[in-house]
Amino acid sequence: MSEAIKAATLEYATRLGDDSVVLGHRISEWISYGPFLEEDIAYGNVSLDYIGRARMFYTYAAELANDGRDEDDFAYMRNDREYRNLLLMEMPKGDFAYSQVRQLFADVYYTYLLPELLQSKDETLSAIAAKAIKETKYHLRRSRDWVLRLGDGTEESHQRAQKAVDALWGYTHELFDMDETEQLLADAGIGVDVSKLHDAWLAKVSEILTEATLTIPEDEWAVRGGRIGYHTENLGHMLTEMQIVHRSFPGCKW
Amino acid sequence: MISEEQNFMRKIEAEEKIEPKDWMPDQYRKNLIRQISQHAHSEVIGMQPEGNYITRAPSLRRKAVLISKVQDEAGHGLYLYSAAETLGISRAEMIEQLQSGKAKYSSIFNYPVLTWADIAAIGWLVDGAAIVNQVSLQRTSYGPYSRGMIRICKEESFHQRQGYEAMLSLAKGSAGQKAMAQDALNRFYWPALMMFGPHDSESAHSQKSMEWKIKRETNDDLRQKFIDQTVEQIEVLGLDHPDKGIKWNEERGHYDSSDLNWDEFWSVINGNGHCNRQRVEHHVAAHDEGEWVRDAITAYNSKKNNKKNANQTKQVA
Repeated sequence: MSEAIKAATLEYATRLGDDSVVLGHRISEWISYGPFLEEDIAYGNVSLDYIGRARMFYTYAAELANDGRDEDDFAYMRNDREYRNLLLMEMPKGDFAYSQVRQLFADVYYTYLLPELLQSKDETLSAIAAKAIKETKYHLRRSRDWVLRLGDGTEESHQRAQKAVDALWGYTHELFDMDETEQLLADAGIGVDVSKLHDAWLAKVSEILTEATLTIPEDEWAVRGGRIGYHTENLGHMLTEMQIVHRSFPGCKW
Repeated sequence: MISEEQNFMRKIEAEEKIEPKDWMPDQYRKNLIRQISQHAHSEVIGMQPEGNYITRAPSLRRKAVLISKVQDEAGHGLYLYSAAETLGISRAEMIEQLQSGKAKYSSIFNYPVLTWADIAAIGWLVDGAAIVNQVSLQRTSYGPYSRGMIRICKEESFHQRQGYEAMLSLAKGSAGQKAMAQDALNRFYWPALMMFGPHDSESAHSQKSMEWKIKRETNDDLRQKFIDQTVEQIEVLGLDHPDKGIKWNEERGHYDSSDLNWDEFWSVINGNGHCNRQRVEHHVAAHDEGEWVRDAITAYNSKKNNKKNANQTKQVA
């Protein structure tokens, strides 16, 4: 592996780890707050899957960095300006409709991203994708069902779901942005060219939203910046909470 | 021919399980509903103090373990609600009783979880105390409850080991971590002993429940088991035992220990703990906020059914 590819792969694994830990954290905020007990269990499941992915990506990043850091150093010892997650993942949990619509957007994204990552020439990334694909099938079944039920449920649930779609839509565009790092890896057959996933994502999401009697927003606004550490104000608060215990006892084992 | 009541007592004495469709005395049914639903509510309310640290768990591995654990508690709540439903009460009624204060849950969850070590202490001591009780309940006379307990015990003993292992990491860690572990032990040891309930002489439901083999061992006997097993665990951790009066009694073959603060016990049961109001309010708030979601499911399902029926009618016509 050339130094340039190695550095890019480290950055890439960190980005994917950040997406996973941040979304996993947001989902975990629902536990004991769900609309009924079965949903608390389901949230636990999905959250665990994402925390598990984060651990795999960070462990790989740590291996590539080879500077004595471990998965927890990646998760707990970087600040919000160093985090590289997509903004969609860090948005607060909001109401049940907001979380389920965000989940649908993410699940459809991974539905197309993971099979591409599975083809990666990098064996570790490919192996992580192989495990995650199975999880995402279940996640999408669940978020799709929920968006259908909320969209085509009561007047109130419909309004809440539409509001969530409108509020989150502007954060979906950067899911398909490429930069030099990702282009280098895509050209090398290691990373995924996400710009090529947009059409499929839009078609699938539109199909589900339409079936849910929801309206697909007109493209009027787009907010970007996650991959360069230009975050919404939400991430700082989230990391403050997530990192407080770890950072209060420097250098300790848990 | 023997009466239904005689036949019921014959089964109890022969260690045969009572099943949902069997005849049973009204009071047996009532005692079971009270005990099982209280147990279910304890699992569900217990999700709050532990869930409180999910977002702050100090490592990704601990975060994953804690999420799994809280998820298991939710699962236990579900089995137990189902077991109680076999006795003719609905989950909605039980939730209503929890929220109105008519049904109780374990008082241990009315103590606040302040530090990460509290999470470890809960796994070790609270799940540990729960297992001592639940192992004896695997032999309870009511079939669905007994089978639920067998399943639950397996997961609880895993939680207990995880909790102890987390405590061990702290006790063998930095001075700050060790101090946090000692503080958690000092605060949770006594409430954990109180989980076994009042002295046998003060226990309102005990006698009949023992006779019917709903309960298999007395509160005081179970508490003694827990006291005995915990002494060595504290030694291994290298922490100070919170009970200065703990002393091996050769003659009894058990540890003697100081009496509990029963005023505190009754006070917390009667609503004066740190978190009594908070726990119920949290449950009510989540339940109320979820109402529009539950309504949406009902509306969606009925739309789908109407559509299906309309299609079937069309086909028939």
